[in-house]
Amino acid sequence: MSKQNLTRRGLLKTSAVAGAGLAVPTIFTAQSAAAYMNEPTGSTVTLGFNVPQTGPYADEGADELLAQQLAVEHINGEGDGGCLNTFTSKALQGNGILGKKVDFVTGDTQTKSDIARASAKSMIEKDGVIMVNGGSSSGVAVAVQSLCQEAGIIFMAGLTHSNDTTGKDRKANGFRHFFNAYMSGAALAPVLQNVYGNERRAYHLTADYNWGWTQEESIVAYTEAIGWETVNTVKTPLASTDFSSYIAPVLNSGADVLVLNHYGGNMVNSLTNAIQFGLLDKEVNGQNFAIVVPLYSELMATGAGENIKGVYGSMNYNWQLDNEGSKTFVQSFGEKFGKPPSNSAQTCYAQVLLYADACERAGTFNPCGVVEALEGFEFDGLGNGPTLYRAEDHQCFKDVLVVRGAENPTSAYDTLEIVDITPRAQVEYVPNHPMFGGDEASLGTCNPGV
Amino acid sequence: MDSIILQILNGLDKGSAYALIALGLTLIFGTLGVVNFAHGALFMIGAFCAVTLQRILNFSYETIDETKKDFLGNPLKVETPYVESWFGPEMGAGIIEWSVPLAILFCIPVMIAVGFAMERGLIKFFYKRTHADQILVTFGLAIVLQEIIKFYYGANPIPTPAPDALDGVINMGAIIGMDITYPIWRVVYFCFAAVIILGIFAFLQFTTFGMVVRAGMADRETVGILGINIDRRFTIMFGIAAAVAGLAGVMYTPINPPNYHMGMDFLVLSFVVVVVGGMGSLPGAVLAGFILGILESFASTAWATSLLPGINQVIIYLVAIIILLTRPRGLMGRKGVMEE
Repeated sequence: MSKQNLTRRGLLKTSAVAGAGLAVPTIFTAQSAAAYMNEPTGSTVTLGFNVPQTGPYADEGADELLAQQLAVEHINGEGDGGCLNTFTSKALQGNGILGKKVDFVTGDTQTKSDIARASAKSMIEKDGVIMVNGGSSSGVAVAVQSLCQEAGIIFMAGLTHSNDTTGKDRKANGFRHFFNAYMSGAALAPVLQNVYGNERRAYHLTADYNWGWTQEESIVAYTEAIGWETVNTVKTPLASTDFSSYIAPVLNSGADVLVLNHYGGNMVNSLTNAIQFGLLDKEVNGQNFAIVVPLYSELMATGAGENIKGVYGSMNYNWQLDNEGSKTFVQSFGEKFGKPPSNSAQTCYAQVLLYADACERAGTFNPCGVVEALEGFEFDGLGNGPTLYRAEDHQCFKDVLVVRGAENPTSAYDTLEIVDITPRAQVEYVPNHPMFGGDEASLGTCNPGV
Repeated sequence: MDSIILQILNGLDKGSAYALIALGLTLIFGTLGVVNFAHGALFMIGAFCAVTLQRILNFSYETIDETKKDFLGNPLKVETPYVESWFGPEMGAGIIEWSVPLAILFCIPVMIAVGFAMERGLIKFFYKRTHADQILVTFGLAIVLQEIIKFYYGANPIPTPAPDALDGVINMGAIIGMDITYPIWRVVYFCFAAVIILGIFAFLQFTTFGMVVRAGMADRETVGILGINIDRRFTIMFGIAAAVAGLAGVMYTPINPPNYHMGMDFLVLSFVVVVVGGMGSLPGAVLAGFILGILESFASTAWATSLLPGINQVIIYLVAIIILLTRPRGLMGRKGVMEE
């Protein structure tokens, strides 16, 4: 008869081994039972809305959340149905997705990549979301898209304008409805040529991070193509608040155009500072000085106040667009929330509807089925006019808006006016374009997560 | 040459904001011995005093304009500020336009009250605690204050322009035959900061109250033994420091539209300014504010960043390290302060 001494440490070790042994079959069972990650088994399906609820883009995030909630209402057959009435695909019947009522959870990205990833991870693992949507930053979009690819979840990006999101960082499980920096350059250049001519000297101030670099690269390429000279490109720290030291050298540089590759608070401050220094009242090289803000948003325009008057830029969407889809969405959003939707709101609304529609058409929530349904999908009726989700890079192609700060706005909502709707053909590019990762960029394969 | 003078002007302007905030910080530290990480929040609350007054002056009544449509196609609701209907359109619009300078009057009592409330309601309980405790509690307070502001005013910057008369540019080089245009409001800001700084120094130097405070800063116990209620005076100094930070915030609003986070943007830099100037030294804080402002401006120029990429992001901290290595008490630090 052998004698065994049961020690505390020994007991703990034995328990751990036994626990792991018991858990292994459970994990395998759970994985093998599900055909794909977070397969909905009950009467509901849960979507994850990951938007900035705190931090500098909290207002933009709040607007996205309103639009996402509205989209869920419409998918579930509540409210006026919104763009379900104008959407060219008629797969959605207002009874949820594949007969399951849509539910949602929200997360706070804080516009920080690590926190956005943690928030998305929590929604995927704890709440069992089948799709993640939202965000107001390219850094966040790239980080969350990568996470969703690894986890086997579909990512429908919110506001992200960097070329990299569907360029070198493109992923099979990720889709972008928003336009990108390249498209801004392609849309703006002809208008700028028309308004300011061919002989211009441009000075760029660029936010020193991924999005700023790709926008600067795109705008420089397109403005040089119309004959403009690039005098200087200066990177400004993202944390900058006072841009006076960056604006002052512009005065003596010989430049007659200032391009502000800034977004959010950076853009509001740099534009305000540029106007304070009287740049728009100056005459350089025999021409009136001009300022260009390649990427606009309504909230930025509000923050900059009267300083945006006459300043050109581009947008993904503007509520003043005169098509049936846009009018229907503005009516639906405006009646419910008392204000017109921002372009980030419209993007998230469209993304949620597009995801739901893709599931219906695919007949499954399986990410690979959804990817297949969205790739090469052409549609209309969501506000932007005829749109294509290109299969090669999961980038949406549609008309791009060139806008200008209105001289005499009648309310807080029409501070920007549409001056040109650039046709889709003019902003298209090949999927292996050098600015989008070249031949090395690849979507990889869709990941169902099991 | 023009660009060098422009950068010096920019530096003086930035330095004005740093100096005003650092002055208040070091005033609180010198009197109460408290490391106040909520001081940036006081700067932010000051800025929102200007926003609040602007909104008060813009209180409006609605009329329906049947000839125009809103975004839903309904008749447009036109808002007319009460001020314009009371004083006439021109004078009313003029009052609204001057809301930032008027906010100076609004800000002073508000900030003194906020300062008293902060000091009596929270900070006095931490006088005898370690500096680490003080930093933690005041930093927490700063976060609470900025979240309250965000709750009421949103996260987006709010445009708060200067009056038209002070909104253009002025040729600063006209006297010496050069063309150096500079924003008028930034010149106003610098002059305003100079007046406030000189006013604080004069108050401490030439009044009995100031003399007692200075004595208290040098030796609190002895002043107390002489039967003077130094605590009450120090509380008043906290209120004054809060008002200085608030005024700096009010006047800053036309330079950059205020948002809830603006205090945090200035906080760390202002602490560096205080440390470089010497903990507890008022002239040191002002001197360091202007020096670091000018250095930061020059480091942001294209030639500086092409010579040393990234220098614009580290210059202040680099200079701080060099100064502290060579003069551990800072530029004008007093012996014995924070050395126990």
